[in-house]
Amino acid sequence: MTDMLTPVLTDIWDAEQSWKLATYVDQGGYAALDVAFAMDPDDIITAVKDSGLRGRGGAGFPTGMKWSFIPQDNPKPKYLVVNADESEPGTCKDIPLMMGNPHVLVEGVIISSYAIRANKAFIYIRGEVVHVIRRVQAAVEEAYAAGHLGKDIHGSGYDLDVVVHAGAGAYICGEETALLEGLEGRRGQPRLRPPFPAVAGLYASPTVINNVESIASVPAIVKNGAAWFGAMGTEKSKGHGIFSLSGHVQKPGQYEAPLGITLRELLDLAGGVREGHQLKFWTPGGSSTPLFTDAHLDVPLDFEGVAGAGSMLGTRALQIFDDSVCVVRAVLRWTEFYQHESCGKCTPCREGTWWLTQALTRLENGQGSEADLDQLIDQCDNILGRAFCALGDGATSPVTSSIQYFRDEYLTHLSNGGCPFDPARSTAWAGTEVSA
Amino acid sequence: MTTTPDKTVEKTDLVIVTIDGVQVSVPKDTLVIRAAEQVGVQVPRFCDHPLLAPVGACRQCLVDVPDAGNGRGFPKPQASCTLPVAEGMVVSTQVSSPVADKAQQGVMELLLINHPLDCPVCDKGGECPLQNQAMSNGRGESRFSDDRNRGVKRTFPKPINLSPMVLLDRERCIVCQRCTRFADEIAGDPFIALVERGVQQQIGIAEDAPFLSYFSGNVIQICPVGALTSEQYRFRSRPFDLVSTPGIAEHDACGSAIRVDHRRGAVLRRQAGDDPAVNEEWISDKDRFAFAYAQADDRLSYPQVRDDDGSLRPASWPEAFTVAARGLAAAREAGGVGVLTGGRLTVEDAYAYGKFARTSLGTNDIDFRARPLSAEETDFLASNVVLTGPGAGGVTYGDLESAATVVLVGLEAEDEAAAVFLRLRKSVRAGGTEVVSLAPFTTRGLAKLAARLVPTAPGDEAAALRALAGELDASSVLLVGERMAVVPGALSAAAEVAASTGARLAWVPRRAGDRGAIEAGCLPTLLPGGRPVADAGARIDVATAWGVEALPESPGRDADGIVAALVAGTLGGLLVGGVDPDDTADPAAARAAIDAAGFVVALDLRRTEVTDRADVVFPVAPTTDKSGSFVNWEGRVRSWEAALRNPASLPELRALAGIADELAQLGQGRPLGFRTVDEVRAEMAQLGPWDGARVELPATRVESAATQQREGGNSTVRLATWKQLLDNGSLQDGDKYLKSTARTPVALVTPDAYDRYGPTVTLTGDRGSMTLPAEICDDLVDGVVWVPANSVGDGVLADLASPGTTVTIAGAEGVHG
Repeated sequence: MTDMLTPVLTDIWDAEQSWKLATYVDQGGYAALDVAFAMDPDDIITAVKDSGLRGRGGAGFPTGMKWSFIPQDNPKPKYLVVNADESEPGTCKDIPLMMGNPHVLVEGVIISSYAIRANKAFIYIRGEVVHVIRRVQAAVEEAYAAGHLGKDIHGSGYDLDVVVHAGAGAYICGEETALLEGLEGRRGQPRLRPPFPAVAGLYASPTVINNVESIASVPAIVKNGAAWFGAMGTEKSKGHGIFSLSGHVQKPGQYEAPLGITLRELLDLAGGVREGHQLKFWTPGGSSTPLFTDAHLDVPLDFEGVAGAGSMLGTRALQIFDDSVCVVRAVLRWTEFYQHESCGKCTPCREGTWWLTQALTRLENGQGSEADLDQLIDQCDNILGRAFCALGDGATSPVTSSIQYFRDEYLTHLSNGGCPFDPARSTAWAGTEVSA
Repeated sequence: MTTTPDKTVEKTDLVIVTIDGVQVSVPKDTLVIRAAEQVGVQVPRFCDHPLLAPVGACRQCLVDVPDAGNGRGFPKPQASCTLPVAEGMVVSTQVSSPVADKAQQGVMELLLINHPLDCPVCDKGGECPLQNQAMSNGRGESRFSDDRNRGVKRTFPKPINLSPMVLLDRERCIVCQRCTRFADEIAGDPFIALVERGVQQQIGIAEDAPFLSYFSGNVIQICPVGALTSEQYRFRSRPFDLVSTPGIAEHDACGSAIRVDHRRGAVLRRQAGDDPAVNEEWISDKDRFAFAYAQADDRLSYPQVRDDDGSLRPASWPEAFTVAARGLAAAREAGGVGVLTGGRLTVEDAYAYGKFARTSLGTNDIDFRARPLSAEETDFLASNVVLTGPGAGGVTYGDLESAATVVLVGLEAEDEAAAVFLRLRKSVRAGGTEVVSLAPFTTRGLAKLAARLVPTAPGDEAAALRALAGELDASSVLLVGERMAVVPGALSAAAEVAASTGARLAWVPRRAGDRGAIEAGCLPTLLPGGRPVADAGARIDVATAWGVEALPESPGRDADGIVAALVAGTLGGLLVGGVDPDDTADPAAARAAIDAAGFVVALDLRRTEVTDRADVVFPVAPTTDKSGSFVNWEGRVRSWEAALRNPASLPELRALAGIADELAQLGQGRPLGFRTVDEVRAEMAQLGPWDGARVELPATRVESAATQQREGGNSTVRLATWKQLLDNGSLQDGDKYLKSTARTPVALVTPDAYDRYGPTVTLTGDRGSMTLPAEICDDLVDGVVWVPANSVGDGVLADLASPGTTVTIAGAEGVHG
């Protein structure tokens, strides 16, 4: 059954001190660098295009195409920025990747920067994860010492400096233009587009912003070829991806598999749902993606398959909730998160999340009437597609999808005069005696 | 609601778009929200402002775009304030699209969930874009806080001071960022910024860094809700109780359009008017907040004459006219009467003074300059300034935007001509214009203009300008400040450099009435309409129009000459209006002259030391009580009508007409022939401008050799000074909040001087001493000290020395260490 897995980025995680340069080099690391330097930068872009690699940060934009948007006749410096501001509830792939295998990211940064002719790259890491920041900093230091970074890398004549930048604790900075604002030292709020970052991004210069996993996937593509990568996955969603299973599963963790795998298969790998419980609902790609239920166990987890079923592949953050969980309560928690993290720039997200939180709190407490559900749907309609950036859109996903699939459960709250669930039953220690 | 001003748009690169079924062609890059205005559709908006960069924050202006011009539509509603038009684009606004309408109603409902329903006590209520657009594009009732849903609004303790003048009620704020964008983009004083996030996001200031900007009041006006208010106006009035009258700001020579809002005969507030050619939609805080002076307790409201016991006593107008006429007739016999008009007259009043001097007093001894002046300046005004204007080759605000280089010579625009400063900043930010300043240091204003400093000690401007000539051509503009009058050779150098390089030249005075006084004949060498006194044809021209046989032929005395003649006893009397001796070149001499004058008639708004010394005093009307015109630095005529009706408050021209009538009875001169502003306007229009030859500027004079004169002593420095926008000027009296926003008076010294004399220095000149905190100025020219001209004591001219002269500097005793 484990033959369904395709460990590439995660392959060396179980090695002794997998994060060390020596370990990485032992496993063939930094070999792709010389392959890349022997290629014309445009050929690397073509290879990445041909591989079918699509952005692993959630949106799924073709990576090679993004790189080709960089105007090479622009006299300003070009920049590569790695978005490592992983903050979405449920999403937990980049942080373990940077912990377990930071050098694959560094190598990816070098090849990607070379491809777009950038001599400076930034890795913007979520500020709260200090251990990850330290690990990536250490990896970058090792790479400098080994001559993989700095001047005239591997005698190629190519120079690259990498800056590891710590964010300051705002979910919005995962939005690429807000990230650039933060990187420039400003208030983290999304920018007006156009101009797009490819034309005027960091310091108003052409900039590529990619997710950690996207960039980390590049060395293997360069080393093994576009065809190797394209052989994995489905027709339009090629390659391998990290699927993060969390919540009520027997063996939560990172499962690197070809895109198109199903939750049923992943659950088999993970030993199934928590003992004695049934799957109730799950997120395919973090809290911003509309919920799925047990009816969606066989939806192929690729961009098209998930979209076809009414959600988004997102970051492949599969949060599994079993039948002990109150969906209203879960949605309320997520909504509180969005309210807390709304940057405040635009009205729909700033005010809408404030309202949604209050409306959901009342429903969770069993107050209100069925008409409030329709009003909630209408509020979401007034936020979705009206906000400045995708954060506002994402905030509505759990609300609308939960009402779609679990309307009756909302109504039970009303008829019951409160939440019919015992929140203790959904905890990891449910059923065990906990002494004070 | 701020809509786009009607600007003449260059009809190039037009694209055709269809908005709500109506085709309209608009210039390329026009935003959809503006294009919609062209077809008569007002898309609701808050963050959008035509003079600020688009931001798309409030999302109120969402429209449906079924075709972006490429055959494909946008899947979701688009913010029309950030979307440029494209050829063939199809837009459906709330008028024709249920999707757009619902989107707008939804955003409006969200905006209101945290907005307090305190409209009945909010200053903005009645003129509030949020209130108005909630009515036009919102739901009638809230679903957030109704019987069923008792939504909890986010609240804040209220209000907080952003500055001594500007208050913020955070719970009303919809964080459209208009204020922060104004502060950053327009004024260049980014002391307010967004802080916190989500619904807690608010406008804030840094600790110990209040929003001290000369332009802070504009944010109150452009705030689309009642979040920003002024200490001055807060809770004073309701908009619907106010009568609004357009006016022109009287505080500087910019000619900024304002709106005077008044109720029951009292001005409650002033707002910026909208004049794209002049001040766009912005005014300085002085133009906005400094108006209480006209309602001060010391305002004169009846004529007074000097009684037998030597005191001033109230008099009727006819008595005052008679006494004044008799006294002036006697003074004329005793050597003549000099006329000092001050720099704040309307052009109509200035004309009356000019005509009165020539026909009733028979003299050319008239000068509007109640400030340091020179004969060179007199010549320069006649040769290079009078009769220039828009349409007559004069430099305009628009020209500042298109100029490649603007050279400031003795002009600190932010302090002395605020609207010029803002236009320069706009032009610099748009790229393409470089501001170069001949100044002793990089001022805050120059820094905001990213200006290139040509370090110039006061007195060295002529040489510095000539050295710069090689860089100038027809795309350059020279703006010369009035301070250059006392730098020998500077104005001549400016005229010559302009002539030899093709650069365009404009003279920017400080006071609102200066330029109009030149046009109206308040100079000893110029008759109305720029007619030279020395030209017989010009004299005949005017004499014919005025119905007199002849006009005095010899050029008169200038203000300094009048003062000297009064002191010497060669002049017998003085007619004076709106002159503060402390503003003049030699305050002590000015006082002595008034004391020495045999007879003094003073016209003024408020009791002053001049009216206290006068024999007859006439009250005159402030700008709100009379119609009038200023001619701004461009030469543009800026007229307004009276805002308030106050029968006892008369313009100068009416008082002068009354005196002239009495003088005519005594056989001196003729009646002026007018008693109202309209009659003066008609007479001026009939007279028209001089069409004869312009006076040539005499050949180069001796230029200041100040550089060589610089004394070697360590403790001597040259005095650089000018008046700051907010200082002790009497037209700023009566508003303590405004006063609190003035910059703290300091003496700027070089780092070396600070090490030697700081942190408190005493400057001593030929008129006295001044002790001020010293502040280091890194790029101040060596051997120079700068102090504000009128921010401490009676000002630099009275208390210290003349600008440009040498003063000694010392550490203040007892303050050291």
